[in-house]
Amino acid sequence: MMKNNVTSDAGRVTGNERLPEDFPPPAIRHPSRLGRYFSIYTALFKNSLAREMIFKGNFLLWIVVDSLWFVMQLCFISVLYLHTDGIGSWTKWQVVLLIGASNFIQQIFQAFFLINLTNLSELVRSGKLDFLLLLPVNTRFIISLRQVDLGGFFNATAAACVMAYAAHKLSLHPTLAQVAGFFALALCGVLIHYSLMLLLAAICFWTVKAQGIVMGYYNLFNIARMPDEAFKWGAFKAVFTFAIPMILVSNVPARVLTDKLGSPGPVVILLCMAGFCALLSEFGWRASLRRYTSASS
Amino acid sequence: MRKYWHVINIGMQNNLAYRVNFLARTLFGFIPLMAMLYLWRTIYAGKGQAGSEIAGYSLAEMMSYYLVVQIVDALTAVNDDDWAIAADIKDGNISQFLLKPLNYIWYRLCLFIAGRITYLAVAAIPLALFIGLQHEYFVLPKSWLSLGAFLLSTGLTALLQFFVSYAMAMLAFWVLEVSTFIFIFYAFEYLASGHMFPLDILPVGLQKVLMFTPFPYQLYFPVSIYMGKIEGAKIVSGLITQLAWVIVAYLIARAAWARGLRKYSAVGG
Repeated sequence: MMKNNVTSDAGRVTGNERLPEDFPPPAIRHPSRLGRYFSIYTALFKNSLAREMIFKGNFLLWIVVDSLWFVMQLCFISVLYLHTDGIGSWTKWQVVLLIGASNFIQQIFQAFFLINLTNLSELVRSGKLDFLLLLPVNTRFIISLRQVDLGGFFNATAAACVMAYAAHKLSLHPTLAQVAGFFALALCGVLIHYSLMLLLAAICFWTVKAQGIVMGYYNLFNIARMPDEAFKWGAFKAVFTFAIPMILVSNVPARVLTDKLGSPGPVVILLCMAGFCALLSEFGWRASLRRYTSASS
Repeated sequence: MRKYWHVINIGMQNNLAYRVNFLARTLFGFIPLMAMLYLWRTIYAGKGQAGSEIAGYSLAEMMSYYLVVQIVDALTAVNDDDWAIAADIKDGNISQFLLKPLNYIWYRLCLFIAGRITYLAVAAIPLALFIGLQHEYFVLPKSWLSLGAFLLSTGLTALLQFFVSYAMAMLAFWVLEVSTFIFIFYAFEYLASGHMFPLDILPVGLQKVLMFTPFPYQLYFPVSIYMGKIEGAKIVSGLITQLAWVIVAYLIARAAWARGLRKYSAVGG
Protein backbone atom coordinates (compact mmCIF):
# COMPACT_ATOMS: atom_id res chain seq x y z
CA MET A 1 0.00 0.00 0.00
CA MET A 2 2.45 2.56 -1.15
CA LYS A 3 0.29 5.19 -2.72
CA ASN A 4 -3.37 4.57 -2.06
CA ASN A 5 -5.26 7.70 -1.18
CA VAL A 6 -2.56 8.34 1.30
CA THR A 7 -0.75 10.44 -1.20
CA SER A 8 -3.76 11.19 -3.31
CA ASP A 9 -3.98 14.56 -1.75
CA ALA A 10 -0.32 15.33 -1.59
CA GLY A 11 -0.54 16.55 -5.15
CA ARG A 12 -3.15 19.09 -4.22
CA VAL A 13 -1.23 20.62 -1.43
CA THR A 14 -0.10 23.87 -2.87
CA GLY A 15 1.28 26.77 -0.97
CA ASN A 16 -1.57 29.11 -1.72
CA GLU A 17 -1.00 31.99 0.55
CA ARG A 18 -3.74 34.49 1.02
CA LEU A 19 -3.02 37.97 2.02
CA PRO A 20 -4.96 39.61 4.82
CA GLU A 21 -6.21 42.55 2.75
CA ASP A 22 -8.65 40.29 0.89
CA PHE A 23 -10.84 40.07 3.94
CA PRO A 24 -13.71 42.49 4.35
CA PRO A 25 -13.09 45.03 7.07
CA PRO A 26 -14.59 43.26 10.05
CA ALA A 27 -16.58 44.42 13.05
CA ILE A 28 -17.92 47.53 11.38
CA ARG A 29 -20.31 45.90 8.95
CA HIS A 30 -21.21 42.99 11.19
CA PRO A 31 -21.61 43.82 14.81
CA SER A 32 -22.28 40.23 15.88
CA ARG A 33 -19.37 37.87 16.30
CA LEU A 34 -21.03 35.02 14.46
CA GLY A 35 -22.06 37.26 11.59
CA ARG A 36 -18.51 38.51 11.26
CA TYR A 37 -17.08 35.00 11.04
CA PHE A 38 -19.78 34.08 8.61
CA SER A 39 -18.88 36.94 6.29
CA ILE A 40 -15.18 36.06 6.55
CA TYR A 41 -15.99 32.50 5.61
CA THR A 42 -18.06 33.66 2.64
CA ALA A 43 -15.06 35.62 1.39
CA LEU A 44 -12.80 32.58 1.82
CA PHE A 45 -15.30 30.43 -0.01
CA LYS A 46 -15.50 32.82 -2.96
CA ASN A 47 -11.72 32.93 -3.16
CA SER A 48 -11.50 29.13 -3.23
CA LEU A 49 -14.10 28.99 -5.95
CA ALA A 50 -12.18 31.51 -8.04
CA ARG A 51 -8.95 29.59 -7.51
CA GLU A 52 -10.47 26.24 -8.52
CA MET A 53 -11.89 27.76 -11.66
CA ILE A 54 -8.42 28.76 -12.86
CA PHE A 55 -7.62 25.09 -13.46
CA LYS A 56 -11.01 23.73 -14.40
CA GLY A 57 -9.66 20.61 -16.09
CA ASN A 58 -7.61 19.69 -13.08
CA PHE A 59 -10.52 20.35 -10.76
CA LEU A 60 -12.69 17.95 -12.75
CA LEU A 61 -9.95 15.31 -12.90
CA TRP A 62 -9.63 15.31 -9.11
CA ILE A 63 -13.35 14.64 -8.88
CA VAL A 64 -12.82 11.70 -11.25
CA VAL A 65 -9.97 10.37 -9.10
CA ASP A 66 -12.02 10.46 -5.91
CA SER A 67 -15.09 8.95 -7.57
CA LEU A 68 -12.95 6.18 -9.03
CA TRP A 69 -11.64 5.17 -5.59
CA PHE A 70 -15.20 5.16 -4.34
CA VAL A 71 -16.25 2.90 -7.22
CA MET A 72 -13.31 0.59 -6.43
CA GLN A 73 -14.54 0.17 -2.86
CA LEU A 74 -18.00 -0.69 -4.14
CA CYS A 75 -16.47 -3.19 -6.59
CA PHE A 76 -14.60 -4.80 -3.73
CA ILE A 77 -17.82 -5.26 -1.77
CA SER A 78 -19.76 -6.63 -4.71
CA VAL A 79 -16.97 -9.16 -5.39
CA LEU A 80 -16.88 -10.16 -1.71
CA TYR A 81 -20.61 -10.77 -1.70
CA LEU A 82 -20.28 -13.14 -4.63
CA HIS A 83 -18.75 -15.49 -2.09
CA THR A 84 -20.60 -14.75 1.13
CA ASP A 85 -24.05 -13.71 2.31
CA GLY A 86 -23.01 -11.63 5.23
CA ILE A 87 -20.19 -10.07 7.19
CA GLY A 88 -21.55 -10.76 10.63
CA SER A 89 -25.13 -9.57 10.28
CA TRP A 90 -24.33 -7.01 7.59
CA THR A 91 -25.94 -7.75 4.24
CA LYS A 92 -24.59 -6.51 0.91
CA TRP A 93 -26.70 -3.39 0.54
CA GLN A 94 -26.24 -2.51 4.18
CA VAL A 95 -22.49 -2.51 3.59
CA VAL A 96 -22.97 -0.40 0.45
CA LEU A 97 -24.89 2.07 2.59
CA LEU A 98 -22.10 1.97 5.15
CA ILE A 99 -19.45 2.69 2.51
CA GLY A 100 -21.62 5.52 1.22
CA ALA A 101 -21.91 6.94 4.73
CA SER A 102 -18.18 6.62 5.30
CA ASN A 103 -17.42 8.39 2.03
CA PHE A 104 -19.98 11.08 2.76
CA ILE A 105 -18.32 11.88 6.09
CA GLN A 106 -14.84 11.70 4.65
CA GLN A 107 -15.68 13.97 1.72
CA ILE A 108 -17.36 16.60 3.89
CA PHE A 109 -14.27 16.55 6.08
CA GLN A 110 -12.12 16.83 2.98
CA ALA A 111 -14.15 19.72 1.58
CA PHE A 112 -13.69 21.88 4.66
CA PHE A 113 -10.52 20.82 6.42
CA LEU A 114 -8.10 18.43 4.74
CA ILE A 115 -6.07 20.82 2.55
CA ASN A 116 -5.79 23.31 5.37
CA LEU A 117 -4.50 20.76 7.86
CA THR A 118 -1.96 19.33 5.43
CA ASN A 119 -0.76 22.88 4.75
CA LEU A 120 -0.20 23.64 8.41
CA SER A 121 3.32 22.22 8.54
CA GLU A 122 4.28 24.37 5.57
CA LEU A 123 2.96 27.47 7.36
CA VAL A 124 5.06 26.59 10.39
CA ARG A 125 8.15 25.71 8.41
CA SER A 126 8.13 28.89 6.36
CA GLY A 127 7.05 31.15 9.20
CA LYS A 128 3.99 32.30 7.26
CA LEU A 129 1.91 31.48 10.30
CA ASP A 130 3.05 34.91 11.56
CA PHE A 131 0.65 36.64 9.20
CA LEU A 132 -2.25 34.52 10.28
CA LEU A 133 -1.50 35.08 13.96
CA LEU A 134 -1.67 38.81 13.38
CA LEU A 135 -5.13 38.73 11.81
CA PRO A 136 -7.96 39.88 14.03
CA VAL A 137 -9.64 36.48 13.93
CA ASN A 138 -9.31 33.27 15.87
CA THR A 139 -6.16 31.58 14.57
CA ARG A 140 -7.57 28.09 14.78
CA PHE A 141 -10.52 29.24 12.67
CA ILE A 142 -8.31 30.69 9.98
CA ILE A 143 -5.80 27.83 9.76
CA SER A 144 -8.61 25.26 9.65
CA LEU A 145 -10.87 26.86 7.08
CA ARG A 146 -8.74 29.05 4.79
CA GLN A 147 -9.34 26.97 1.71
CA VAL A 148 -12.38 25.04 0.58
CA ASP A 149 -12.08 21.92 -1.57
CA LEU A 150 -15.19 22.17 -3.69
CA GLY A 151 -14.73 18.75 -5.24
CA GLY A 152 -15.51 17.34 -1.81
CA PHE A 153 -19.09 18.62 -2.02
CA PHE A 154 -19.57 16.97 -5.36
CA ASN A 155 -18.25 13.65 -4.10
CA ALA A 156 -20.28 13.90 -0.90
CA THR A 157 -23.39 14.30 -3.05
CA ALA A 158 -22.40 11.22 -5.06
CA ALA A 159 -21.97 9.29 -1.81
CA ALA A 160 -25.40 10.45 -0.63
CA CYS A 161 -26.90 9.21 -3.90
CA VAL A 162 -25.31 5.79 -3.43
CA MET A 163 -26.72 5.69 0.09
CA ALA A 164 -30.17 6.59 -1.19
CA TYR A 165 -29.96 3.82 -3.79
CA ALA A 166 -28.83 1.30 -1.15
CA ALA A 167 -31.70 2.41 1.09
CA HIS A 168 -34.08 1.85 -1.82
CA LYS A 169 -32.65 -1.65 -2.38
CA LEU A 170 -33.13 -2.42 1.31
CA SER A 171 -36.66 -0.97 1.05
CA LEU A 172 -35.91 1.29 3.97
CA HIS A 173 -38.25 4.11 4.81
CA PRO A 174 -36.31 6.08 7.38
CA THR A 175 -38.28 8.47 9.53
CA LEU A 176 -37.40 12.13 9.70
CA ALA A 177 -35.86 11.49 13.12
CA GLN A 178 -33.60 8.81 11.66
CA VAL A 179 -32.40 11.07 8.85
CA ALA A 180 -31.82 13.94 11.25
CA GLY A 181 -30.01 11.56 13.59
CA PHE A 182 -27.84 10.36 10.74
CA PHE A 183 -26.77 13.88 9.79
CA ALA A 184 -26.12 14.84 13.40
CA LEU A 185 -23.96 11.75 13.93
CA ALA A 186 -22.21 12.28 10.59
CA LEU A 187 -21.36 15.76 11.82
CA CYS A 188 -19.86 14.17 14.95
CA GLY A 189 -17.82 11.97 12.62
CA VAL A 190 -16.50 15.00 10.76
CA LEU A 191 -15.67 16.61 14.10
CA ILE A 192 -13.73 13.51 15.17
CA HIS A 193 -11.74 13.37 11.92
CA TYR A 194 -11.02 17.09 12.16
CA SER A 195 -9.96 17.00 15.81
CA LEU A 196 -7.69 14.00 15.44
CA MET A 197 -6.06 15.24 12.28
CA LEU A 198 -5.48 18.68 13.78
CA LEU A 199 -3.71 16.97 16.68
CA LEU A 200 -1.55 15.06 14.23
CA ALA A 201 -0.86 18.14 12.14
CA ALA A 202 0.14 20.03 15.28
CA ILE A 203 3.06 17.62 15.67
CA CYS A 204 4.74 19.83 13.07
CA PHE A 205 5.31 22.43 15.77
CA TRP A 206 7.79 19.93 17.21
CA THR A 207 9.15 18.16 14.15
CA VAL A 208 8.55 20.76 11.39
CA LYS A 209 7.89 18.09 8.79
CA ALA A 210 4.63 16.38 9.61
CA GLN A 211 3.01 15.88 6.24
CA GLY A 212 3.86 12.19 6.22
CA ILE A 213 2.19 11.72 9.59
CA VAL A 214 -0.89 13.59 8.46
CA MET A 215 -1.13 11.45 5.36
CA GLY A 216 -0.80 8.36 7.52
CA TYR A 217 -4.17 9.30 8.94
CA TYR A 218 -5.59 8.42 5.57
CA ASN A 219 -4.99 4.75 6.33
CA LEU A 220 -7.51 5.05 9.13
CA PHE A 221 -10.31 5.87 6.70
CA ASN A 222 -9.91 2.28 5.53
CA ILE A 223 -11.14 1.06 8.90
CA ALA A 224 -14.02 3.52 9.02
CA ARG A 225 -15.69 1.91 6.03
CA MET A 226 -15.56 -1.65 7.32
CA PRO A 227 -18.55 -3.16 9.09
CA ASP A 228 -17.93 -3.09 12.84
CA GLU A 229 -18.78 -6.78 13.22
CA ALA A 230 -15.61 -7.64 11.30
CA PHE A 231 -13.71 -6.72 14.45
CA LYS A 232 -14.53 -9.20 17.14
CA TRP A 233 -11.05 -9.56 18.47
CA GLY A 234 -10.05 -7.56 21.54
CA ALA A 235 -7.27 -5.04 21.40
CA PHE A 236 -7.72 -3.81 17.84
CA LYS A 237 -11.38 -3.09 18.39
CA ALA A 238 -10.76 -1.44 21.75
CA VAL A 239 -8.10 0.90 20.35
CA PHE A 240 -10.17 1.94 17.36
CA THR A 241 -13.29 2.46 19.45
CA PHE A 242 -12.05 4.18 22.58
CA ALA A 243 -8.74 5.76 21.56
CA ILE A 244 -9.20 6.52 17.86
CA PRO A 245 -12.94 5.94 17.37
CA MET A 246 -12.65 5.02 13.68
CA ILE A 247 -14.93 2.00 13.98
CA LEU A 248 -17.76 4.18 15.34
CA VAL A 249 -17.48 7.12 12.96
CA SER A 250 -19.51 5.74 10.06
CA ASN A 251 -20.88 2.51 11.51
CA VAL A 252 -23.08 4.21 14.08
CA PRO A 253 -24.73 6.64 11.61
CA ALA A 254 -25.21 3.78 9.13
CA ARG A 255 -26.77 1.63 11.84
CA VAL A 256 -29.19 4.42 12.70
CA LEU A 257 -30.38 4.56 9.09
CA THR A 258 -30.64 0.80 8.65
CA ASP A 259 -32.45 0.06 11.92
CA LYS A 260 -29.49 -1.99 13.10
CA LEU A 261 -29.09 -0.13 16.35
CA GLY A 262 -29.78 -2.62 19.13
CA SER A 263 -29.28 -0.22 21.99
CA PRO A 264 -28.51 3.50 22.32
CA GLY A 265 -25.08 2.55 23.68
CA PRO A 266 -23.02 3.14 20.49
CA VAL A 267 -24.67 6.53 19.91
CA VAL A 268 -23.77 7.64 23.41
CA ILE A 269 -20.19 6.43 22.99
CA LEU A 270 -19.87 8.25 19.64
CA LEU A 271 -21.20 11.50 21.12
CA CYS A 272 -18.87 11.23 24.10
CA MET A 273 -15.87 10.44 21.92
CA ALA A 274 -16.68 13.40 19.63
CA GLY A 275 -16.79 15.74 22.61
CA PHE A 276 -13.64 14.24 24.07
CA CYS A 277 -11.69 14.49 20.80
CA ALA A 278 -12.81 18.10 20.31
CA LEU A 279 -11.66 19.05 23.81
CA LEU A 280 -8.39 17.21 23.45
CA SER A 281 -7.64 18.89 20.13
CA GLU A 282 -8.27 22.33 21.65
CA PHE A 283 -5.79 21.61 24.45
CA GLY A 284 -3.33 20.16 21.96
CA TRP A 285 -3.67 23.15 19.67
CA ARG A 286 -3.05 25.64 22.48
CA ALA A 287 -0.05 23.72 23.73
CA SER A 288 1.39 23.57 20.21
CA LEU A 289 0.88 27.24 19.49
CA ARG A 290 2.88 28.04 22.60
CA ARG A 291 5.83 26.23 21.01
CA TYR A 292 5.73 28.38 17.90
CA THR A 293 8.88 30.45 17.53
CA SER A 294 8.42 31.70 13.95
CA ALA A 295 11.02 31.12 11.28
CA SER A 296 13.15 33.08 8.87
CA SER A 297 11.39 36.37 9.44
CA MET B 1 28.93 0.56 -15.20
CA ARG B 2 30.79 1.93 -12.20
CA LYS B 3 29.09 5.31 -12.39
CA TYR B 4 25.74 3.60 -11.88
CA TRP B 5 27.05 1.89 -8.74
CA HIS B 6 27.81 5.35 -7.45
CA VAL B 7 24.25 6.43 -8.22
CA ILE B 8 22.89 3.49 -6.21
CA ASN B 9 25.23 4.30 -3.39
CA ILE B 10 24.29 7.97 -3.27
CA GLY B 11 20.62 7.12 -3.66
CA MET B 12 20.79 4.84 -0.63
CA GLN B 13 22.45 7.51 1.47
CA ASN B 14 19.83 10.06 0.42
CA ASN B 15 17.03 7.68 1.22
CA LEU B 16 18.38 6.91 4.66
CA ALA B 17 17.49 10.48 5.58
CA TYR B 18 13.86 9.42 5.24
CA ARG B 19 14.14 6.28 7.36
CA VAL B 20 11.66 7.53 9.97
CA ASN B 21 9.25 8.33 7.17
CA PHE B 22 9.66 4.80 5.78
CA LEU B 23 9.11 3.30 9.19
CA ALA B 24 5.99 5.39 9.77
CA ARG B 25 4.69 4.37 6.37
CA THR B 26 5.25 0.68 7.09
CA LEU B 27 3.63 0.84 10.51
CA PHE B 28 0.63 2.87 9.33
CA GLY B 29 0.26 0.42 6.46
CA PHE B 30 -0.34 -2.40 8.93
CA ILE B 31 -3.59 -0.83 10.14
CA PRO B 32 -5.64 -1.31 6.96
CA LEU B 33 -3.91 -4.67 6.45
CA MET B 34 -5.03 -5.88 9.85
CA ALA B 35 -8.54 -4.60 9.18
CA MET B 36 -8.56 -6.56 5.93
CA LEU B 37 -7.39 -9.74 7.67
CA TYR B 38 -10.09 -9.37 10.32
CA LEU B 39 -12.66 -8.87 7.58
CA TRP B 40 -11.69 -12.14 5.91
CA ARG B 41 -11.64 -14.03 9.21
CA THR B 42 -15.20 -12.86 9.84
CA ILE B 43 -16.29 -13.91 6.36
CA TYR B 44 -14.75 -17.38 6.78
CA ALA B 45 -16.29 -17.66 10.27
CA GLY B 46 -19.66 -16.85 8.70
CA LYS B 47 -19.25 -19.82 6.37
CA GLY B 48 -19.83 -22.06 9.33
CA GLN B 49 -17.83 -25.28 9.18
CA ALA B 50 -14.06 -25.16 9.50
CA GLY B 51 -12.02 -25.79 6.38
CA SER B 52 -14.38 -24.06 4.00
CA GLU B 53 -12.84 -22.46 0.93
CA ILE B 54 -13.51 -19.35 -1.11
CA ALA B 55 -12.43 -19.62 -4.75
CA GLY B 56 -10.01 -22.37 -3.75
CA TYR B 57 -8.49 -20.38 -0.90
CA SER B 58 -8.58 -21.68 2.64
CA LEU B 59 -8.56 -19.08 5.41
CA ALA B 60 -4.80 -19.52 5.93
CA GLU B 61 -4.16 -19.15 2.21
CA MET B 62 -6.28 -16.02 2.02
CA MET B 63 -4.42 -14.44 4.94
CA SER B 64 -1.09 -15.50 3.44
CA TYR B 65 -2.07 -13.94 0.13
CA TYR B 66 -2.30 -10.51 1.74
CA LEU B 67 0.93 -11.01 3.68
CA VAL B 68 2.85 -12.08 0.57
CA VAL B 69 1.36 -9.09 -1.28
CA GLN B 70 2.87 -6.97 1.46
CA ILE B 71 6.29 -8.56 0.91
CA VAL B 72 6.21 -8.21 -2.88
CA ASP B 73 4.95 -4.68 -2.50
CA ALA B 74 7.85 -3.76 -0.22
CA LEU B 75 10.25 -5.23 -2.77
CA THR B 76 8.79 -3.78 -5.94
CA ALA B 77 6.43 -0.84 -5.39
CA VAL B 78 7.37 2.48 -6.89
CA ASN B 79 7.64 4.93 -4.06
CA ASP B 80 7.97 8.55 -5.12
CA ASP B 81 9.94 7.86 -8.28
CA ASP B 82 7.17 8.80 -10.69
CA TRP B 83 6.60 12.15 -8.95
CA ALA B 84 10.32 12.83 -8.90
CA ILE B 85 10.70 12.08 -12.61
CA ALA B 86 7.73 14.26 -13.51
CA ALA B 87 9.12 17.05 -11.35
CA ASP B 88 12.54 16.75 -13.02
CA ILE B 89 10.91 17.22 -16.41
CA LYS B 90 8.68 20.07 -15.29
CA ASP B 91 11.47 21.99 -13.58
CA GLY B 92 13.95 21.47 -16.39
CA ASN B 93 16.30 19.37 -14.25
CA ILE B 94 16.73 16.79 -16.98
CA SER B 95 18.78 19.23 -19.05
CA GLN B 96 21.93 18.28 -17.17
CA PHE B 97 21.42 14.61 -18.01
CA LEU B 98 21.25 15.43 -21.70
CA LEU B 99 24.77 16.79 -21.39
CA LYS B 100 26.24 14.10 -19.16
CA PRO B 101 27.39 10.64 -20.28
CA LEU B 102 24.62 9.19 -18.15
CA ASN B 103 21.39 7.72 -19.37
CA TYR B 104 18.43 9.20 -17.52
CA ILE B 105 16.32 6.02 -17.51
CA TRP B 106 19.17 3.91 -16.06
CA TYR B 107 19.99 6.67 -13.62
CA ARG B 108 16.40 6.57 -12.43
CA LEU B 109 16.36 2.78 -12.30
CA CYS B 110 19.41 2.89 -10.03
CA LEU B 111 17.68 5.36 -7.73
CA PHE B 112 14.60 3.13 -7.71
CA ILE B 113 16.72 0.12 -6.72
CA ALA B 114 18.46 2.16 -4.05
CA GLY B 115 15.07 3.27 -2.74
CA ARG B 116 13.83 -0.32 -2.54
CA ILE B 117 16.97 -1.51 -0.73
CA THR B 118 16.70 1.22 1.90
CA TYR B 119 12.97 0.73 2.26
CA LEU B 120 13.48 -2.97 2.78
CA ALA B 121 16.24 -2.37 5.31
CA VAL B 122 13.81 -0.30 7.37
CA ALA B 123 10.63 -2.29 6.76
CA ALA B 124 12.05 -5.81 7.01
CA ILE B 125 12.00 -6.07 10.79
CA PRO B 126 8.48 -4.73 11.41
CA LEU B 127 7.22 -6.78 8.47
CA ALA B 128 8.86 -9.95 9.78
CA LEU B 129 7.45 -9.31 13.25
CA PHE B 130 3.99 -8.76 11.82
CA ILE B 131 4.13 -11.96 9.80
CA GLY B 132 5.54 -13.73 12.87
CA LEU B 133 2.45 -12.69 14.80
CA GLN B 134 0.26 -14.18 12.09
CA HIS B 135 2.46 -17.24 11.66
CA GLU B 136 -0.34 -19.73 12.21
CA TYR B 137 -1.93 -18.37 9.05
CA PHE B 138 1.26 -18.03 7.02
CA VAL B 139 1.90 -20.79 4.48
CA LEU B 140 5.37 -21.43 3.08
CA PRO B 141 6.06 -21.97 -0.62
CA LYS B 142 5.40 -25.52 -1.79
CA SER B 143 8.91 -26.21 -3.09
CA TRP B 144 12.34 -24.67 -3.61
CA LEU B 145 11.48 -24.46 -7.28
CA SER B 146 8.42 -22.30 -6.69
CA LEU B 147 10.43 -20.15 -4.31
CA GLY B 148 13.03 -19.61 -7.03
CA ALA B 149 10.37 -18.84 -9.64
CA PHE B 150 8.74 -16.48 -7.15
CA LEU B 151 11.96 -14.55 -6.66
CA LEU B 152 12.61 -14.36 -10.40
CA SER B 153 9.07 -13.18 -11.05
CA THR B 154 9.34 -10.61 -8.26
CA GLY B 155 12.41 -9.19 -9.96
CA LEU B 156 10.51 -8.88 -13.23
CA THR B 157 7.61 -7.29 -11.35
CA ALA B 158 9.95 -4.64 -9.99
CA LEU B 159 11.18 -3.84 -13.50
CA LEU B 160 7.63 -3.75 -14.85
CA GLN B 161 6.48 -1.47 -12.04
CA PHE B 162 9.37 0.86 -12.69
CA PHE B 163 9.02 1.08 -16.47
CA VAL B 164 5.26 1.59 -16.27
CA SER B 165 5.70 4.40 -13.76
CA TYR B 166 8.46 5.90 -15.86
CA ALA B 167 6.24 5.86 -18.94
CA MET B 168 3.41 7.48 -16.95
CA ALA B 169 5.77 10.17 -15.68
CA MET B 170 6.67 11.00 -19.30
CA LEU B 171 3.23 12.63 -19.50
CA ALA B 172 4.89 15.58 -17.77
CA PHE B 173 6.31 16.59 -21.17
CA TRP B 174 2.78 17.30 -22.36
CA VAL B 175 0.64 18.19 -19.33
CA LEU B 176 1.34 20.40 -16.34
CA GLU B 177 -0.28 18.22 -13.66
CA VAL B 178 0.45 14.51 -14.00
CA SER B 179 -0.74 13.44 -10.54
CA THR B 180 -4.40 13.05 -11.51
CA PHE B 181 -3.50 10.81 -14.45
CA ILE B 182 -1.20 8.74 -12.30
CA PHE B 183 -3.90 8.28 -9.65
CA ILE B 184 -6.53 7.28 -12.18
CA PHE B 185 -4.15 4.68 -13.59
CA TYR B 186 -3.18 3.59 -10.11
CA ALA B 187 -6.80 3.05 -9.08
CA PHE B 188 -7.21 0.55 -11.90
CA GLU B 189 -3.91 -1.06 -11.10
CA TYR B 190 -4.86 -1.40 -7.44
CA LEU B 191 -7.77 -3.63 -8.31
CA ALA B 192 -6.52 -5.33 -11.47
CA SER B 193 -3.09 -6.23 -10.10
CA GLY B 194 -4.63 -8.13 -7.22
CA HIS B 195 -3.68 -5.67 -4.52
CA MET B 196 -7.21 -5.45 -3.18
CA PHE B 197 -8.01 -9.17 -3.35
CA PRO B 198 -6.75 -12.28 -5.14
CA LEU B 199 -8.01 -12.14 -8.72
CA ASP B 200 -9.27 -15.73 -8.30
CA ILE B 201 -12.38 -14.46 -6.52
CA LEU B 202 -13.45 -12.47 -9.59
CA PRO B 203 -15.90 -13.95 -12.08
CA VAL B 204 -14.00 -16.28 -14.45
CA GLY B 205 -14.66 -14.21 -17.60
CA LEU B 206 -13.25 -11.09 -16.04
CA GLN B 207 -10.18 -12.99 -14.83
CA LYS B 208 -9.45 -14.17 -18.34
CA VAL B 209 -9.73 -10.64 -19.73
CA LEU B 210 -7.44 -9.30 -17.03
CA MET B 211 -4.76 -11.87 -17.81
CA PHE B 212 -4.38 -10.23 -21.22
CA THR B 213 -3.39 -6.96 -19.55
CA PRO B 214 -0.06 -6.23 -17.83
CA PHE B 215 -1.74 -5.53 -14.48
CA PRO B 216 -1.68 -9.07 -13.00
CA TYR B 217 2.03 -9.24 -13.74
CA GLN B 218 2.55 -6.19 -11.57
CA LEU B 219 1.71 -8.15 -8.40
CA TYR B 220 -0.72 -11.04 -8.67
CA PHE B 221 1.51 -13.32 -10.73
CA PRO B 222 4.50 -13.63 -8.37
CA VAL B 223 2.19 -13.96 -5.37
CA SER B 224 0.29 -16.76 -7.11
CA ILE B 225 3.53 -18.61 -7.82
CA TYR B 226 4.42 -18.35 -4.15
CA MET B 227 0.98 -19.62 -3.15
CA GLY B 228 1.33 -22.56 -5.51
CA LYS B 229 -1.75 -21.45 -7.44
CA ILE B 230 0.28 -21.43 -10.64
CA GLU B 231 2.40 -24.49 -11.28
CA GLY B 232 4.53 -26.33 -13.80
CA ALA B 233 4.47 -25.24 -17.42
CA LYS B 234 2.18 -22.34 -16.57
CA ILE B 235 4.98 -20.77 -14.54
CA VAL B 236 7.26 -20.85 -17.56
CA SER B 237 4.72 -19.41 -19.98
CA GLY B 238 3.72 -16.82 -17.37
CA LEU B 239 7.31 -15.74 -16.85
CA ILE B 240 7.76 -15.36 -20.60
CA THR B 241 4.61 -13.22 -20.81
CA GLN B 242 5.83 -11.17 -17.89
CA LEU B 243 9.19 -10.62 -19.56
CA ALA B 244 7.39 -9.58 -22.74
CA TRP B 245 5.42 -6.98 -20.78
CA VAL B 246 8.63 -5.68 -19.23
CA ILE B 247 10.11 -5.22 -22.70
CA VAL B 248 6.93 -3.56 -24.01
CA ALA B 249 6.82 -1.18 -21.04
CA TYR B 250 10.51 -0.39 -21.54
CA LEU B 251 10.01 0.34 -25.25
CA ILE B 252 7.02 2.59 -24.55
CA ALA B 253 9.01 4.41 -21.88
CA ARG B 254 11.93 4.97 -24.27
CA ALA B 255 9.66 6.06 -27.13
CA ALA B 256 7.78 8.50 -24.90
CA TRP B 257 11.09 9.91 -23.69
CA ALA B 258 12.36 10.38 -27.24
CA ARG B 259 9.17 12.08 -28.37
CA GLY B 260 8.99 14.18 -25.25
CA LEU B 261 12.52 15.49 -25.72
CA ARG B 262 11.51 16.90 -29.09
CA LYS B 263 8.90 18.97 -27.30
CA TYR B 264 11.06 19.76 -24.30
CA SER B 265 11.94 23.40 -23.87
CA ALA B 266 14.09 23.22 -20.73
CA VAL B 267 12.02 25.48 -18.54
CA GLY B 268 14.14 26.98 -15.82
CA GLY B 269 17.15 24.98 -16.98
